[in-house]
Amino acid sequence: MFALDPLLTGDVTWGDFGVVAVKVGVSFVVLLVATMFMVWFERKVIAGMQNRIGPNKAGPFGLLQTLADGTKLFFKEDLLPERADKFVFRLAPYLSFVPAFLAFCIIPVGGDFSNGNAGRVKLFGHSTLLQVADPPVGMLLGLALSSIAVYGIMLAGWSSGSKYPLLGSVRASAQMVSYEAALGLSVATIFLLAGTMSTNGIVSGQGSLRNWNIVATGVVPFVIFLLAATAELNRPPFDLVEAEQELVGGFNTEYSSIRFALFFLAEFMNTMTMSAIIVTLFLGGPQPISIGSWTADVHLGPFTGTFWFLAKVLVFLYIYIWFRATLPRLRYDQLMDLGWKILIPIALAWFMALAGLKVAQNAGWSGGAQALGMVVGAAIIFACFGLLRMATKVSARVRAEEGAMF
Amino acid sequence: MGLLEGFAITARQHRFFGGERVTNEYSGGRTRDQHDQKEAKPDRVHGRHVLNRYEDGMEKCIGCELCAGVCPAKCIYVRGKDNDPENPTSPGERFGFVYEINYLRCIHCDLCVEACPTEAITESKLFEFSFTNRKDAIYTKAELVVGDDGKPQQMPWEDWREGDDKNTSAWMRATAPAGAAEYEGQVGWSGELGYGVRAPEPAQPERDAAPKSVRAVGR
Repeated sequence: MFALDPLLTGDVTWGDFGVVAVKVGVSFVVLLVATMFMVWFERKVIAGMQNRIGPNKAGPFGLLQTLADGTKLFFKEDLLPERADKFVFRLAPYLSFVPAFLAFCIIPVGGDFSNGNAGRVKLFGHSTLLQVADPPVGMLLGLALSSIAVYGIMLAGWSSGSKYPLLGSVRASAQMVSYEAALGLSVATIFLLAGTMSTNGIVSGQGSLRNWNIVATGVVPFVIFLLAATAELNRPPFDLVEAEQELVGGFNTEYSSIRFALFFLAEFMNTMTMSAIIVTLFLGGPQPISIGSWTADVHLGPFTGTFWFLAKVLVFLYIYIWFRATLPRLRYDQLMDLGWKILIPIALAWFMALAGLKVAQNAGWSGGAQALGMVVGAAIIFACFGLLRMATKVSARVRAEEGAMF
Repeated sequence: MGLLEGFAITARQHRFFGGERVTNEYSGGRTRDQHDQKEAKPDRVHGRHVLNRYEDGMEKCIGCELCAGVCPAKCIYVRGKDNDPENPTSPGERFGFVYEINYLRCIHCDLCVEACPTEAITESKLFEFSFTNRKDAIYTKAELVVGDDGKPQQMPWEDWREGDDKNTSAWMRATAPAGAAEYEGQVGWSGELGYGVRAPEPAQPERDAAPKSVRAVGR
């Protein structure tokens, strides 16, 4: 019934236990090291886009720069503000750091998905999946964990006992909660098509380019997910949480030393996790690029999938950096408008349209009837959207008449 | 579309699309053997300060505290005192009794140099001085004032290179008094210990007028 890891079905031996331990250890270390290089990569690429050089002194090409920064942060004085809520202040960095790790556990980072293999590879003579865990609730767990990360940022600002962090955390909680809705709605379209929430199941269903969810759901949910994920990560252009010009450092203003480093690491780790989730959901994860009967072949044994996965993740990491280098920060009301008045309605409408199409297909409607249904649906959606626009206009006018601030 | 155009512009700045690096690595190159090859610094680099003296060895500072007043980082602390008539420290009525600059705060804006009425404080070209404790970060008068040869004193933690201590008053000599063109090339400053009256600078080389070429973004 559940697509459990083949390793854990039947008798669990010490060998199976060892394989799980190796997977946990490897993913922990790889994620930490990858974060280190991600910081370097981001600084280097953004420097390139701004006609600068970037870090180039520590190690070859400045690769060890993050290590040097981390060592420095480790040995700096760890300040605990007088007016801080001591317990929560200490807890907050871990609340944002630990979910960043956990969310990565459900990502299939490799595996052989060809010929209905469902991602199983042989490792040390054991047949297993190349992901730490494949819970049946899958992506739901990912969404839950990304919600917990909001607490980390929110509590960090609140417990600092200082006004700028508090303003930053108020922004953070409002922003992340509102974009989570758009995020969830665009993921729901994938659940609808894949019929499963397990990440392994979602990847298995994306055998060829035509079945990749970016194509199968129509590009709109992908775009919405990309935007909402950027906001969820508090990355530019949605980095109002730590808008330097307005809020000093935002929620982490009062943090120093290793606690600040944890926030910093969590931010970059979340960027990578989010890129990995996008790849898993929309771009077939470790599946190779295949169009029709042609497949781009790379032979690396059990790690062929990992190669494809990494290649795709790198593209998204680059896109995030590109966003940061190009786009200026949004104003707070623009951010909220984009979230509530544009992304959520579109995501909801797209979800409803796809659901309708799915029902029509299951009921055996003819192609013409399906198209007619879509046209009627689109007309209704546009009417609703027009009504919404009118409602917001009216309310804006009323507020202006009442002399509110905007 | 403006949005996408922006993405194209940032992407085009990469080196393989012909984007240019405008950074000068004054502190040395990338590889180990290049670490010590410092790039030549422009004449008017804002570096560590020096307190100048007149040709007869008298200090130029008169303890007026204008530098401390103008300092945006509030890193200068000056106290003036009446000169001893028998053995004066400066030619005027008063002299700088205490003079301290906190280099943990200094932003090297050179406003103190502009404010100084006697050209007492100017800047050398030294910017690599990584002290390891807070006490070293606060330079006192004993450390700032030039030695008997008119050269800045060199602290053990400072990385002085050839030419860093030359033309410490270059900034003064580039500025025509009152900003009027007819004063250009005329001496409007006092002599310095070890150098005498410095000659006015020749016309500015083109290098100073035009910045290094930055790739213009076509629309």
